Amino acid sequence: MSDDTNGNAYWAANLRIITWSLVIWALVSFGFGILLRPLLSAIPVGGTDLGFWFAQQGSILVFLALIFNYAWQMNKLDRQYGVDEQ
Amino acid sequence: MDQFVINLLFVGASFALYIGIAIWARAGSTSEFYAAGRGVHPVTNGMATAADWMSAASFISMAGLIAFVGYDNSSFLMGWTGGYVLLALLLAPYLRKFGKFTVSEFIGDRFYSKTARLVAVICLIVASTTYVIGQMTGVGVAFGRFLEVSNTAGLLIGACVVFAYAVFGGMKGVTYTQVAQYVVLILAYTIPAIFISLQLTGNPIPGLGLFGDHAASGEPLLAKLDQIVTELGFAEYTTHNADTLNMVLFTLSLMIGTAGLPHVIMRFFTVPKVSDARWSAGWALVFIALLYITAPAVGAMARLNITEMFWPNGTDQAAVSVETIESDPNYDWMLTWQKTGLLDWEDKNGDGLIQYYNDANPEMADKAAAAGWTGNELTKFNRDILVLANPEIANLPGWVIGLVAAGGLAAALSTAAGLLLAISSAVSHDLIKGQLNPGISEKGELLSARIAMAVAIAVATYLGLNPPGFAAQTVALAFGLAAASIFPALMMGIFSTRINNHGAVAGMLAGLVVTLVYIFLHKGWFFIPDTNSFTDADPLLGTVKSTSFGAIGAAINFAVAYAVSSMTKELPQEIRALVESVRVPRGAGAAQAEH
Repeated sequence: MSDDTNGNAYWAANLRIITWSLVIWALVSFGFGILLRPLLSAIPVGGTDLGFWFAQQGSILVFLALIFNYAWQMNKLDRQYGVDEQ
Repeated sequence: MDQFVINLLFVGASFALYIGIAIWARAGSTSEFYAAGRGVHPVTNGMATAADWMSAASFISMAGLIAFVGYDNSSFLMGWTGGYVLLALLLAPYLRKFGKFTVSEFIGDRFYSKTARLVAVICLIVASTTYVIGQMTGVGVAFGRFLEVSNTAGLLIGACVVFAYAVFGGMKGVTYTQVAQYVVLILAYTIPAIFISLQLTGNPIPGLGLFGDHAASGEPLLAKLDQIVTELGFAEYTTHNADTLNMVLFTLSLMIGTAGLPHVIMRFFTVPKVSDARWSAGWALVFIALLYITAPAVGAMARLNITEMFWPNGTDQAAVSVETIESDPNYDWMLTWQKTGLLDWEDKNGDGLIQYYNDANPEMADKAAAAGWTGNELTKFNRDILVLANPEIANLPGWVIGLVAAGGLAAALSTAAGLLLAISSAVSHDLIKGQLNPGISEKGELLSARIAMAVAIAVATYLGLNPPGFAAQTVALAFGLAAASIFPALMMGIFSTRINNHGAVAGMLAGLVVTLVYIFLHKGWFFIPDTNSFTDADPLLGTVKSTSFGAIGAAINFAVAYAVSSMTKELPQEIRALVESVRVPRGAGAAQAEH
């Protein structure tokens, strides 16, 4: 979706942060929580396995970390490129 | 004190609080009515967003959905929270920068097309109206159970309270009432959960207790639960039993749908700055997570509690007797809920005991025959009563039950108000000002917004009193529409400078039509019974149920929009400039001053 971003370093940096965040977003929910759960079945967590924990709790905690990290990184980026709100 | 009086006190006090806020926060301008004057602190907005988002479904139904299915329903937990990541990264800051009042206004301006705006408005009104029916029926049920008034009277009281703060206060009144409602609902949800977690695991934090040890047996709680449910022939709680493809698509559809629901998106118009919109999405998820981390614990613990009530000495000993249920005060909740018709039991084999087990499991047939059981004797257990009955099941004091009554109503009313606001702003701002009468004065627009709100409340109340037969299925419709039409249009509007008016309209219509047809093929045309050609048990496309189709509808929208745009004219220069300006935060104050 980044078809018109040449020469726009601020937007490119934003897209980079978004891409990485969404990779992690998909990894913890669809990955660890569902598709990769069999691989994690050897790691016990409270009477079940790590995949169950990610599906019911872990993914939500990672989502929180992702949003706050994005807000923090973008606010830094805004100032760096001088596009923040005065 | 009588339980009825306690319930009345709690509900009455919370309603008095909402009305008080309504009088304090009257809206004087369209900016206050639509966007609370853009003066809401990001944490306050996060709390209001959480109450706006967490509906009767989150508060009342979700724990029950997880309790009786287990791991496979984790989709609700991941789907309804993961959408906030999409919202925070892909939509909220840019739409705040755009600085207008409605979601459809962005679509109309960005795609320089009245048709695009109209399609968006129709999707928005259909999605919000179907969603609000569920909230209104929830209000009626909660009143009926806790205040012993009829459904009709309960609904009318609820409608009057919403009218008071939404019609006069607009977004400003709704925002501050939602903050109060969040506090009520989160206390109502977590306090009983803390008590129950302490009883079962000794850990005061339910989210940790879920993965802790069961105090009575010393085994991990989830291992104990797996053991006890499999002994009764039910599927293991923590195991993945459902179809994987459908689970992935269902989770993704809930995520995209969440990010595309207009009543949630418009909350981010109320904060002062773009950077506030980013923080605010995080705060919203913090407040939502408090409930969503607790919900799976509530579900698992309630399932264990209930199963043990029917098998007080273990599943290899005698089940609970009818006499005990009728005389032991610990079982009073069963008698109370039996009256509502949502819970029932029958001693089919006449042995004076109530055997609760899975009679559909062929492996249980031998065991049942040997023990003389002739079928599951817990004949009815509506999953929705789980959260409401939880404090009674765990024998908690009367004030906790009163609090839960107020919490259920807060969840339903706060979401209803948010939806009604989305509908009324779509009608007054997008239809009346945008299409019919562009020259309308601010005063006239404010009046028409209030009239639209009053009409929307009347329609929602009517539909709540006479719910169409398909009421339960319409939530899938709301999410399907939001995922297949609104989310992709907004995202492409921000992230692509190639998608033009033709592409956007074609994409939205394609996503919308294909999704609608897929839902109708499985649920019946226009939800008329027996007109469906497929069922969700045996769907058209492999294992993809109609509730999971939103993600595919969104993909179709993206694909069609790109294909059509690449065959038609490029974006005009001024729209290119609009997209460039939406992408950077600087100047957000200017956009605000235009109003």
